[in-house]
Amino acid sequence: MEERLLMKGNEALAEAAIRAGCRCFFGYPITPQNEIPEYMAKRMPQVGGVFLQAESEVSAINMVYGAAGAGVRAMTSSSSPGISLKQEGISYMAGAELPCVVVNVMRAGPGLGGIQAAQGDYFQATKGGGHGDYYTLVLAPGSVQEMMDLTFDAFDLADKYRNPVLILCDAILGQMMEPVELKDEFITQLQPKPWATVGAKGREPNVINSFYVSAEEQEEHNIKLFTKYQRMRNEEVRVETWRMEDAEIALVAYGTVSRIAKAAVELMRQEGIKAGLIRPITLFPFPEKTIHDLAFNVKAFSVIEMSMGQLVEDVRLAVKGVAPVKFYGTTGGRLPTPESIFQKAYELMNELTRGENGCYEKIIR
Amino acid sequence: MAAMKRLFGRPEALRDVPTHYCPGCPHGIVHRLIAEVIDELEIREKTIGIAPVGCAVLAYNYFNCDMQEAAHGRASAVATGIKRALPDSIVFSYQGDGDLASIGTAEIVHAAARGENITVIFINNAIYGMTGGQMAPTTLVGQRTTTCPDGRDPRLAGFPIRISEMLATLDGAVYIARASVHNISHLLKAKRCIKTAFQVQLNGEGFAMVEVLCACPTNWGLSAPEAMKWVEKNMIPYYPLWEIKPLLKEGVVRD
Repeated sequence: MEERLLMKGNEALAEAAIRAGCRCFFGYPITPQNEIPEYMAKRMPQVGGVFLQAESEVSAINMVYGAAGAGVRAMTSSSSPGISLKQEGISYMAGAELPCVVVNVMRAGPGLGGIQAAQGDYFQATKGGGHGDYYTLVLAPGSVQEMMDLTFDAFDLADKYRNPVLILCDAILGQMMEPVELKDEFITQLQPKPWATVGAKGREPNVINSFYVSAEEQEEHNIKLFTKYQRMRNEEVRVETWRMEDAEIALVAYGTVSRIAKAAVELMRQEGIKAGLIRPITLFPFPEKTIHDLAFNVKAFSVIEMSMGQLVEDVRLAVKGVAPVKFYGTTGGRLPTPESIFQKAYELMNELTRGENGCYEKIIR
Repeated sequence: MAAMKRLFGRPEALRDVPTHYCPGCPHGIVHRLIAEVIDELEIREKTIGIAPVGCAVLAYNYFNCDMQEAAHGRASAVATGIKRALPDSIVFSYQGDGDLASIGTAEIVHAAARGENITVIFINNAIYGMTGGQMAPTTLVGQRTTTCPDGRDPRLAGFPIRISEMLATLDGAVYIARASVHNISHLLKAKRCIKTAFQVQLNGEGFAMVEVLCACPTNWGLSAPEAMKWVEKNMIPYYPLWEIKPLLKEGVVRD
């Protein structure tokens, strides 16, 4: 049975975590993610779980390390500057192969930045983020419903791969309210975790560790990790393609921007421009194949992001020069509008088709 | 002839493996004291230890119980995560002076302030051993290290931290003791302190820590016997021994 509710993104995410069996939450206040720890402070005691406000982001992620190593589903959340502080622990957890969920409700940067929505942490999220050779799985919700659904999946993926999973959203997705279908599902039984440190009763001791004394052992370990990341690439890619069947121009955007891009696609279609949208839902693994395959069908890509050209690099790598890829971004917490996306896409198409058929000339405003 | 009674042997909580510690290093002694206490309290199968970054980073190879290796300074945060997740387990962290009293000060202060029901063993040898003998937060004034080659000058590098006294001011800290293992009588007292610190956790009383003054012959540039004497002559006067916060809450039995 499903319940239909009006919820804030941050709260929907927190409730989904509870229902997904998360029983330890360690966090630290930072805007715009405060509703998550606040919700957890209220909700965790009701389900016999742990909420603890840590003394810092660094401590919070290391508490997650301890709890995850003890076999419990654990989570922390923060926003951009706080996520930088958590990178130490995320790297250790990737190295020690511990499952956890980390939520980044992105704000502007660099430095302290502003509290408005931004997507400037794309590189940090998708290229490892901390030190060393590793990746985290990155999920990018585009609605409050997805904040909920992807959180459910995040815990399963973390356990499946014994790897940190990042939920990369932004201030708008965290703060806005939308109706959601709340699944009446509570996960109470987890797959056994025979590697966890729960006390060596009747068995040899378990060790949670990311330290390798010899280069050979470290290399062997890293290769094993990368085999796992390859499996993610093979099995976990998620992408939405929308109105791409006959599209001549593909907009590429994730998260909040993808919603604005959809409105831009509608505008373009009204004006006779065959536009469509590719929305990566997993940012790592990146939907390279989908984008590469579609590159043969379209005249150009327009990549729209709330950052100064981060997502566009992955799109270019995926397109492999098959079609032109143009970047349009806003930064500092400013949003693109459907009209500005339309205008950029229009200019691009006009430039590409000028002299061929001039079909876009007539709609210059 | 009747079967001989076993009077001395390797504790079950210590693995039968050689350690990597330098000759004369007291880490092995302290490991053994902890292992003996774990055996005596019969808690090995529910104990989870946390190894630090520093010379004791490989402690997970030596203790015969479940272990986690923490990031530098974060052992008490990791301990908090484990203990909160598994309240019935026994959790101890083993941390050096750089780990606990420098990079991990926030973690240890707040674990103590919250009264986390964990046991912390704090090894103070007044130097960074693993990295080759740099100045520690507990390096004594005038003591030479590779990063204070003319001796620690308080005008440049401040004063050594008495972290046990600091933590003892916190309401959540139930038991704080400082011990030394430079001779047998002190070693036996150190063991009693360690046992009390585990007992505090078993009783659910809150945060307990034992600071153990240790020698580092290799990085101090002394022989093992000289280093033990150096502890007595130079460290103990600055870091006074015994129970800094012996005032246990009612109901806690002292050994």
